[in-house]
Amino acid sequence: MEHIVIIGNGISGVTAARHIRKNSDKRITIISAETEYFFSRTALMYIYMGHMKFEHTQPYENWFWKKNRIELKKGFVKTIKDTSKELVFASGETLKYDKLIIATGSKPNKFGWPGQDLDGVMGMYHKQDLENLEKFAPNNKVCKRAVIVGGGLIGIELAEMLQSRDIPVTFLVREKSFWNGVLPAGESAMINEHIKEHHIDLRLGVNLQEIKADEHGKVKSIVIQETGEEIECSVVGLTAGVSPNVDFLKDSNIEIGRGVKVNRMLKTNVKDVYAIGDCAEQHEAIGNRRPIEAVWYTGRMMGETVAQTICGNPKEYNPGHWFNSAKFLDIEYQTYGWVFGERGRPEYEQHFHWKHPKEHLCITIAFHKETNLFLGINTFGIRMRHHAFDKWLTEKRSVEYVLEHLADANFDPEFYKLHEKDIVAQFNQEHNTNIQLKKRSWKRIFQFS
Amino acid sequence: MKAIQNIGLSLFLAGLAIFTILPLIGSYKISSEKLDEIVRNKGIKSELFIEDLQANMVGKEFTNPFTFSSTIISAIENANEKHKANSEWDKVIWDKKHSFSYNIAKDVGSGPVQENKGLFWWLTFGLGIIGSLLFIIPELYRKPIPGIKNNGIWLNPSTNRGWIAWFAFVFLVGFYILLYFYPDYIVNWTYIVDPISESISGNRASQWFLYGFMYCTVMTVMAIRMYIKYRHNKYQMLRTTSVLFFQIVFAFLIPEIMVSFEMPWYDFKNAFPLDYDFFFQWNIKDLINSGGIGIFILVWGILLTIVVVPVMVYFFGKRWYCSWVCGCGGLAETLGDPYRQLSDKSLRSWKVERWLIHGVLVFAVVMTGMTLYAFFTGADTVLGIKTQTIQDIYGFLIGSIFAGVIGTGFYPIFGNRVWCRFGCPLAAYLGIVQRFKSKFRITTNGGQCISCGNCSTYCEQGIDVRAYAQKGQNIVRSSCVGCGICSAVCPRGVLKLENGTDDGDTRHKVPEVILGNDMDLFEMLEENK
Repeated sequence: MEHIVIIGNGISGVTAARHIRKNSDKRITIISAETEYFFSRTALMYIYMGHMKFEHTQPYENWFWKKNRIELKKGFVKTIKDTSKELVFASGETLKYDKLIIATGSKPNKFGWPGQDLDGVMGMYHKQDLENLEKFAPNNKVCKRAVIVGGGLIGIELAEMLQSRDIPVTFLVREKSFWNGVLPAGESAMINEHIKEHHIDLRLGVNLQEIKADEHGKVKSIVIQETGEEIECSVVGLTAGVSPNVDFLKDSNIEIGRGVKVNRMLKTNVKDVYAIGDCAEQHEAIGNRRPIEAVWYTGRMMGETVAQTICGNPKEYNPGHWFNSAKFLDIEYQTYGWVFGERGRPEYEQHFHWKHPKEHLCITIAFHKETNLFLGINTFGIRMRHHAFDKWLTEKRSVEYVLEHLADANFDPEFYKLHEKDIVAQFNQEHNTNIQLKKRSWKRIFQFS
Repeated sequence: MKAIQNIGLSLFLAGLAIFTILPLIGSYKISSEKLDEIVRNKGIKSELFIEDLQANMVGKEFTNPFTFSSTIISAIENANEKHKANSEWDKVIWDKKHSFSYNIAKDVGSGPVQENKGLFWWLTFGLGIIGSLLFIIPELYRKPIPGIKNNGIWLNPSTNRGWIAWFAFVFLVGFYILLYFYPDYIVNWTYIVDPISESISGNRASQWFLYGFMYCTVMTVMAIRMYIKYRHNKYQMLRTTSVLFFQIVFAFLIPEIMVSFEMPWYDFKNAFPLDYDFFFQWNIKDLINSGGIGIFILVWGILLTIVVVPVMVYFFGKRWYCSWVCGCGGLAETLGDPYRQLSDKSLRSWKVERWLIHGVLVFAVVMTGMTLYAFFTGADTVLGIKTQTIQDIYGFLIGSIFAGVIGTGFYPIFGNRVWCRFGCPLAAYLGIVQRFKSKFRITTNGGQCISCGNCSTYCEQGIDVRAYAQKGQNIVRSSCVGCGICSAVCPRGVLKLENGTDDGDTRHKVPEVILGNDMDLFEMLEENK
């Protein structure tokens, strides 16, 4: 029986295993050094915050793996002997495979800061990071202050985590405004405001110079490069992005760039070796996407795709229209299609921005300056229906059409106040149009599916 | 703010402590005139019982309700034993012993509580309410930005099955056991609500009035907590207001006011088979005997069950009842909200749930069938089984133990919907309609789910919401009560409660494209041929 070995039990690896099992009878082994069973990495923050226990982050009960004949192996893969199709573990043990899927995900970036490996310095990516945080920041008596280095989504999540235990947080962000590489200016400014509203000490446009240690080799303070200011702290969170976790492949014949180089079939340059998820790097970016996408759902999609290929139904990874979501403290964010921030915005992309006069609600619609083609939407504090935008993007609808049917796309809970009228009215005013908002129609909504 | 909360907590605990020791205060004494009155009112024909009481109780002062009750009960038991042996059936005292003893105790109790009802109301209910509000309201100022924060729930001994939860469990179970089975021990509790009962219906409070009043009080206080916690969520605000309204007006005030006009006590929203004794002989007779209003109630009760319930479920799902109207649901959604994460999500519990809840439904329907058969034919047995026996078993096992002792008592350990999920026959009935013929579903938002598990954790009905959401499947489950918390706690806006059109497909279909994998399904079909 063909033996499929998957390194990594994150969403990509596990999805691949599940779909291979769905479509075949092959022997499947998943290897992880991190945890015995699959858990949702995205939920790590909620464990520290006390919303959930670790067991709640496991989507499958422990009996699931045995029942589905998916072997789980705890161990750290040191090298891959691709010529003999063999894995060598740190323990010295070896394991033969017929087909190998590398799904080792990411590791937090470290940029060679002095003191970056001290006790009390951590990323927020692995279960071990969480255990570290629990050790160094169990409460605000042990941890008088924490400093987070690096903007972005993990940074703000870590800030929220620490806040839940009343630990004061200083948040160092290199950019002039939070996440402005991705978000348009208005939205980025709103999030800045929201972070400060939560009494997080947000420092924009600053870099970390060094992390200083106390006599026990534990973090004592950090120094800011631009001002020379020294901030006393017990914990430093490094959240300046992630990069593929591929160091163990250096001695193999598998080609790596920043990540494991793969083609659209998710195949590496070595026969019978595939790579999926955060650690995979496309030779050429797909559409506007980046060659490496450390996004939860793309990992899942690659898992599904590679499973098809391995089960004799070769398939290209074809990730549809871009979408994503996040939550900034209390503000939910969703995006469909492409809305570029200041950086890298194509010159044809025009934005329409609406913001609620009082609350933290806003949307930005991107459209083509000349053709009025709808390009994408960002929403903050308003939930939108994925089906709707996916369909409209496929059908290449105009911005007028999207606004006219905006009510169909609202996904807020029942009885919520609707803002479509205001949004359309403002658009009409700014663009001298006469768009009439249509009433929500179930018929149209269900045509989406 | 923290200091105010601590003061609130102390006041609440003081009120609780006074409430707990209240039954031990005061004394009970039967005079010979009182005994004559009891004998006359109750129509007691047993000379043995009367003699026993005369010898052992009259003129004696009992300083606690336990010895007082046990003396009466042993008198009943001794007398009944002899009368039964002699086949003197008319002399046997058939009343439930503890209710019998309750009625006497209520009449003859005296002491500080009985004499200072208002003061003791304030020392128990008053301190409890003020303390709770001082604890709850500062949350508004501690967390001035609206947004659901379940921070620390699993780190807190009251909500993570820690020692406080076990203490609450013992307290609640104990309370229900006293309430249902030993009302004679808790007459003092009923004294403190006498003035309120008298002002509404003109009668002194029974243990059921005490319970009803307490239920409304607890729900109101905890609804304020709901309002603060979910203040940004209009669905939760309206839903909480609705259950509170139906509890206070329909389950509490209207029935009591009807009693004051000498009409039958009836809760107009309590549909059969949750209202399992609706078709019992005594109830039907009562209703028929009370004229026009009784007939109206009879017709309404039947219509409610066979027309209103399924039609409403078709349009809105079972949530219109379970989390907008029902009293059990109301308590679960207010008092029970801090415990919703404790419900078991395992596959095993789902299996147990389906057998148990449908078993109770079958039990209720069979019992009602037997009862109606007995009612119309006049027979008191069906296939050799006494209808009365079945009714007693159901009343004890389901009506008291399951719905009360387990249903609420187990909140701090097994979550707040134990009864609704595993036992309620009406929920089973609504669920069958919801599963097969309804416009209601929880829609999942395409590929946005990140499988974090907040939805499943906070589902009080133990549904593994995430399992559906991560596949992009709509959730069409008979157990969903539509509380909307999964949608509220989702950090990615993935879940929405919807009443759409019901052509089958739109409720169940998984839109594969939305998972993001842009596979050409037609092409795949071709290939797989």
